Amino acid sequence: MEIAASIGRLTLYRIQVLGRSGIFIFSAIVQAFLPPFRISRLIKEIDFIGSKSFLIIFVTALFTGMVLGIQGYYSLSQFGAEAALGIMVALSIIRELGPVLCALMVTGRAGSAITAELGIMKITDQFPALEMMAIDPLKYVVSPKIIAGIISLPLLTAFFDLIGITGGYLVGVNLLGVNEGAYIGKLVAAVTFKDVYGGIIKSLCFGLIITWIATFTGYTAEATTEGVSRATTNTVVLTSLSILIVDYILTSLLL
Amino acid sequence: MIRVENLVKQYGGITASNHLNCRFEKGKVTVILGGSGSGKSTLLRQLTGLEKPDEGSVYIDGRDLTTLSRKQLFDIRKKMGMLFQGSALFNYMNIFENIAFPLREHTKIADNIIKTIVTMKLEMVGLRGTEHLMPSQLSGGMMKRVGLARAVVMDPHVIFYDEPTSGLDPISTGVIGKLIKDLNKALNITSIVVSHDIESCFKIADNIILLYYGEIIAKGTVEEIRNSTDERVKQFIHGEPEGPIPFTRTAKNYLDEILYD
Repeated sequence: MEIAASIGRLTLYRIQVLGRSGIFIFSAIVQAFLPPFRISRLIKEIDFIGSKSFLIIFVTALFTGMVLGIQGYYSLSQFGAEAALGIMVALSIIRELGPVLCALMVTGRAGSAITAELGIMKITDQFPALEMMAIDPLKYVVSPKIIAGIISLPLLTAFFDLIGITGGYLVGVNLLGVNEGAYIGKLVAAVTFKDVYGGIIKSLCFGLIITWIATFTGYTAEATTEGVSRATTNTVVLTSLSILIVDYILTSLLL
Repeated sequence: MIRVENLVKQYGGITASNHLNCRFEKGKVTVILGGSGSGKSTLLRQLTGLEKPDEGSVYIDGRDLTTLSRKQLFDIRKKMGMLFQGSALFNYMNIFENIAFPLREHTKIADNIIKTIVTMKLEMVGLRGTEHLMPSQLSGGMMKRVGLARAVVMDPHVIFYDEPTSGLDPISTGVIGKLIKDLNKALNITSIVVSHDIESCFKIADNIILLYYGEIIAKGTVEEIRNSTDERVKQFIHGEPEGPIPFTRTAKNYLDEILYD
């Protein structure tokens, strides 16, 4: 009986948290479209989530593309199909690796930082301070981060795609001697708008997921140093898992 | 003026506010005094509308806080200032921006006038010249003074102070105490201080409310409290370890627990 009761309690608690996070994201998004608008806050968050991630995305994309170049060449050359290297690299990156790796990198860099920031604001009473100054903390702190995530991720993903394909080109064409015309030409012919569109849809969802989990976990963190460190870990683990699971769901829906 | 009627608040079976009735007068500094766990912070949070009571009402200028919508509450809050225990300064803004923040959010005052107002408030707390510093570069006492400058920047009618002197050195304590008293006199406002610091409390208070486990055990002027014959009040203001207020809070008898468990 005890075990059944505790399983029930845990389930109810989890469902409650899920419900609360739903209300949280809903009100944060609604608030984002109500005046007063704070454009400078939004720009600051886009700078933090987006611009400051450029370097890390650049390196990740370059090496992912280069590895795909080597691996793809190895596999394809067994069938004498090296010419299709461009298609393979481009489709893997645009459809799958671009959005997913980009989201995972942003989670590690910005998601954890957002949770820690909100947790520390909570420890130092900054949310009630905003309340007392007649400013809605959700609107002031959370909404810009969510919108910034949704704007930044597709842009970062597009950048990732570009650099990744270039990385594959560097290895394939310059090092392994794949024909330049074949790499570019087949790529342009084979990649359809639907592939790009699918990748962008994914990255939009990932942008929402990253900022949603990061802000909610930080906002509800226990107001102690231990609570904040736990919340930061939770954000990274939970977001990474959600990204991989949602990626599967979206891929099966979009295909 | 703020009036509290029949306020009840419970947390998981513990009564933090047990049918409280009291009033906070305009032009007076009222100190809510009590030990840790006496429910004084809970009372403060209910007075500010940060928390809703389970029962009862809080009237500010005749309007019941507990029945207001969020927007109406925010309108009232624009006329409230609060100094938090940890100052609650925004750590990503410098001192100037911290103090200017409420003005920038709620008014359309021009930048040069904002600069004048901030300079005046900083002069009042004796910290002119620190505008460009970040909160992390200040000491605890200085942060409290900046917090105070921010709390009064909108010229509030009511100021709440949560443990304004805890953790400060004697001189900072004196400075903050004097500021609270001077501000109250100069602006003729309602000042409400939550504290457990008897010494500084007697210096700044006009009225005192003494809380003990969620109940008001004494209220009155400083003189009345000082001359109280209630044993619990006497024990508290003299800080005596022995008396009617027990130090331990366990339900079980000590000897029973040691010998028979």
